[in-house]
Amino acid sequence: MDASSLMGSSSDAPTSGEHRMGTTIVGVCYNGGVVLAADSRTSTGMYVANRASDKISQLTDNVYVCRSGSAADTQVISDYVRYFLHQHTIQSGQPATVKVASNLVRLLAYQNKSMLQAGMIVGGWDKYEGGQIYSVPLGGTILRQPFAIGGSGSSYLYGLMDHEWRDGMTQEEAEKFVVKVVSLAIARDGASGGVVRTVTINADGVKRSFHPGNKLPLWHEELEPQNSLLDILAAGNPDAMVQ
Amino acid sequence: MDGSHANAASAPAAAGGGEGMQRTLNPYVTGNSVIAMKYKDGVIMACDTGASYGSTLRYKSVERIKAVGKHSLIGGSGEFSDFQEILRYLDELTLSDHMWDDGNSLGPKEIHAYLTRVMYNRRNKFDPLWNSLVLGGVKRGPKGDEKYLGMVNMIGTHFEENHIATGFGNHMAVPILRGEWREDLTFEEAVKLIEKCLLVLLYRDRSSINKFQIAKITTEGSTIYPPYALKTNWGFSAFENPSQGAVGTW
Repeated sequence: MDASSLMGSSSDAPTSGEHRMGTTIVGVCYNGGVVLAADSRTSTGMYVANRASDKISQLTDNVYVCRSGSAADTQVISDYVRYFLHQHTIQSGQPATVKVASNLVRLLAYQNKSMLQAGMIVGGWDKYEGGQIYSVPLGGTILRQPFAIGGSGSSYLYGLMDHEWRDGMTQEEAEKFVVKVVSLAIARDGASGGVVRTVTINADGVKRSFHPGNKLPLWHEELEPQNSLLDILAAGNPDAMVQ
Repeated sequence: MDGSHANAASAPAAAGGGEGMQRTLNPYVTGNSVIAMKYKDGVIMACDTGASYGSTLRYKSVERIKAVGKHSLIGGSGEFSDFQEILRYLDELTLSDHMWDDGNSLGPKEIHAYLTRVMYNRRNKFDPLWNSLVLGGVKRGPKGDEKYLGMVNMIGTHFEENHIATGFGNHMAVPILRGEWREDLTFEEAVKLIEKCLLVLLYRDRSSINKFQIAKITTEGSTIYPPYALKTNWGFSAFENPSQGAVGTW
């Protein structure tokens, strides 16, 4: 059973329409809340339909969800869950807990499992349990984890997370970590790319960040971007490839 | 709450295009073998704490054995989301049982029968819960403390035995259990036997991981021990240079 074929882009012609988010999504807990991160590439087949999409959607003031898989399926799921949580908040008189939000996502994912291709990571902060991350992969399993990764790019991150993950990071360490991790996946996964978006949620509220593609660190075999070859030659020190 | 619950029930059908018909699916996140056996004081059950996603060992700290009511343990292999749903059905069942407040509580035999009906009826609709479930427990009956161990799988096949294994365990652990299980094993002997089976599965089942949980159930109640790892043995001289006499051999 090939799991990667479920998440990767099909060879549909660019005009056939089905938008998939071959994606890298990450969620980590730190010592005061959670940081969610995602790339920004949405593809239809080989064409990049949107190079700056926002894959981290708001469910409530204090709970957000990272979406991977079919763009349409995850949009509809988060719309329904936002709607239910809105009613739930009014009826209960207090913000929804992260557990309730994740379980609503699970309910839709599980009951419609034959029709959906949606892998999601729900993260948020509430006053009862603090920062929490819940993974809802294909099929509708729900698992609470200290960190979670998903999407086609996550294949390249399992080893890295095993090696580098630590519990109890500070907010700054966690934000830097997720940007590094997503940008490493972007470097190797053709279906991930663009910018790295992060959302930090804690007791003080929510902070959205934007890390443009040209500000991400460079990895193996990647070169410092230039304006033009002419600038390199003008600098007088070209790494000339002589015959 | 009622309003939003009604919406939750109808919305998925609408989201699915109104058809609502499912059919046999492929499993996504799957748990491995579960092994169990009767011993002197009750039933002992064990499994690893891994859940795979295809060939990726994706989740490594998953509890696949849970207590059910006062008298039983359930272990599940197969699609993990279906196992979580079965746990919810069992919550409902044990809650209504408790609400009868009649001094009686469902024993392992009854829970096994309930699960068998659920699994078989889903199979008949071509919409199975993709699991193999192991149900074990002890309940005081007219003949004393009656130990019970049974299993039911996604097509509704069910039976009772002194020892059970699901998945790869059927091939690797059952022969060991058939040879070495005896009536009235002590807890220590049972643990040793189970660990022998878990180790064989670790060596030979590609999807197993070295992190296990053992659980037991006696008339005193259930205990699920914390996860632990087993030492593996690679100290065979034949392992060191297998291609020496025959280059290219595997």
